[in-house]
Amino acid sequence: MQTLSCSQVTKTYEGVAALSGVSLALNPGERVALLGHNGAGKSTLMKIILGLIPATSGDVQVLGGAPGARAARDGTAYLPENAAFHPALTGLEQLRFYMRLRGADPKGAMALLERVDLAQAATRRIGTYSKGMRQRVGLAQALIGRPRLLVLDEPTSGLDPVSRREFYAILDELAAGGAAILLSSHVLTEVEARTDRIVILSRGRMVADDTLDALRRRASLPIQLQVRARPGQADLVARQLAGGRRNGVMVDLTCAADDKLARLGQIAALDRLVEDVEVIPPSLEDIYSHFSQGAGA
Amino acid sequence: MSRVLATAAAEFRIALRNRWVAIVIAMMTLFSLVLSAAGSAPTGDLGVDRLSVTVASLTSLGVYLVPLVALLMSFDAIAGEVERGTLPLVLTYPVSRGELLAGKFAAHLGILALATGVGYGAASVAAFAVDAHAAQGLPALLRLFWTSLLLGATFLGVGYAISAWARRPGAAAGLAIGLWLVLIVLYDLGLLAGVVSGGDGVFTTRVFPWLLLANPADAFRLYNLAASEAATAAAGVGGAAATIPALESLLSIAGWPVLAFLLARLAFQRVTP
Ligand SMILES: Nc1ncnc2c1ncn2[C@@H]1O[C@H](COP(=O)(O)OP(=O)(O)OP(=O)(O)O)[C@@H](O)[C@H]1O
Ligand SMILES: [Mg+2]
Repeated sequence: MQTLSCSQVTKTYEGVAALSGVSLALNPGERVALLGHNGAGKSTLMKIILGLIPATSGDVQVLGGAPGARAARDGTAYLPENAAFHPALTGLEQLRFYMRLRGADPKGAMALLERVDLAQAATRRIGTYSKGMRQRVGLAQALIGRPRLLVLDEPTSGLDPVSRREFYAILDELAAGGAAILLSSHVLTEVEARTDRIVILSRGRMVADDTLDALRRRASLPIQLQVRARPGQADLVARQLAGGRRNGVMVDLTCAADDKLARLGQIAALDRLVEDVEVIPPSLEDIYSHFSQGAGA
Repeated sequence: MSRVLATAAAEFRIALRNRWVAIVIAMMTLFSLVLSAAGSAPTGDLGVDRLSVTVASLTSLGVYLVPLVALLMSFDAIAGEVERGTLPLVLTYPVSRGELLAGKFAAHLGILALATGVGYGAASVAAFAVDAHAAQGLPALLRLFWTSLLLGATFLGVGYAISAWARRPGAAAGLAIGLWLVLIVLYDLGLLAGVVSGGDGVFTTRVFPWLLLANPADAFRLYNLAASEAATAAAGVGGAAATIPALESLLSIAGWPVLAFLLARLAFQRVTP
């Protein structure tokens, strides 16, 4: 059974479409990254999945039930975009409260806080926490009671690099245990190795839903070649290779992935004029903007 | 049920940390003591025990103070969560909105019980200190205590409804104070004006008693004063109390909390996080 399935989900706010025709499915154990520019509709999609706001049209099934139904809520954990808690409560009290709401034994609260490295601050008020510490409280509450679906809205925002790594390690464990994970992010390099699939939203439309490798192939973006000419030869090299000259020694070329070897051969033939050549494949950001911006056209 | 208790415990703790518990208790105690001291002058010659006189004073205090305190505790309950951004997360938990509301309600009512208990208690101790026969007034004191809680429960519910409806703590606070002024102060003034200008007409004989019953604060005053003859003469609307059976005012006091809670529940349902 699919943990989550959305089909043709549309959401309009006073005539403005925040989501249009989004279809998405998550299987147990799958980690999916949701990417998209500010205002693309990531948080909106998540809130619909959680049953916090109704979709204007379309169908959503969470753990076999409607979003927000008791069964769905029992098995779903959420980390909101800017996780906020009551400043007067301590981290431990806040977590115990959430555990009791979930019907979990509040005795395990300290263990959860240890897991997110918050044990030392457990008995301090959340009002005194730093942003990253509040985010960890949010992560801790999302781990209560072995959720089968985790919906995490920018979970690593505010976390330092070490904490990020630890966070993804926890996610790996959960996914290995069969939990499906949907997380949004703006940091591509981070989700690259840590998720199974990437979904890109652009202006409310889903423009990609695939593995990163497949997206890379589909985008077939040009490769950049940076040629370093010998002193005084840059103009000549640029003319011979029909490339643009950047400064006194550098010549920039671009070519399709299939032409790469032929182009390198041409450069190698100019070995008297050329000192060095560097091959730069399209970056994650390039692939992302290819899909994200291509949607409007 | 355990979810309601968990919510209540968390809310109580928050109120304790925010000093609300201390403030409310101090307020009730201070006013109770001041009022019972002020009302101590004409005692003895009425043939009533000291505690009954104190209860009469506390009744007129409770009419103002209990709704005010209840509104002050409740106006932030939902609007505050919306503003802090804590509402969306808690609504994804397997807990219903009714349970959340009931938890807050239990905590706030508990604080109110504590405050009125301490406040009225302090005033009664003062009464016992000066009158050996004060025990005669105990039933009246007890009645005042639980009717105060019902009155408080009504205004807690109304406060939650306002809080959910306004969505912003500032707007909710304004609405709560406005409502208090209208229901507790202006309402009676309006009724008195109606009675004065209407003479013995239809308004005074038919409409006025029902309007009194419809207001939970007036019903509270009627019910408590009807039993306490000492105060009847002193109270402004006391004359009308004689014409209204106690049962009907009791129904009003007991029915309002239910109605107010339902109202709050409906208003909360309409809040989208
Ligand atoms: N309550 C609302 N009323 C009106 N419009 C809204 C509302 N909530 C969201 N929107 C609109 O819906 C669109 C999608 O917003 P959403 O918060 O889902 O974006 P996002 O992808 O999460 O962006 P970000 O990366 O900045 O978090 C935006 O254009 C936003 O203005
Ligand atoms: Mg967002």
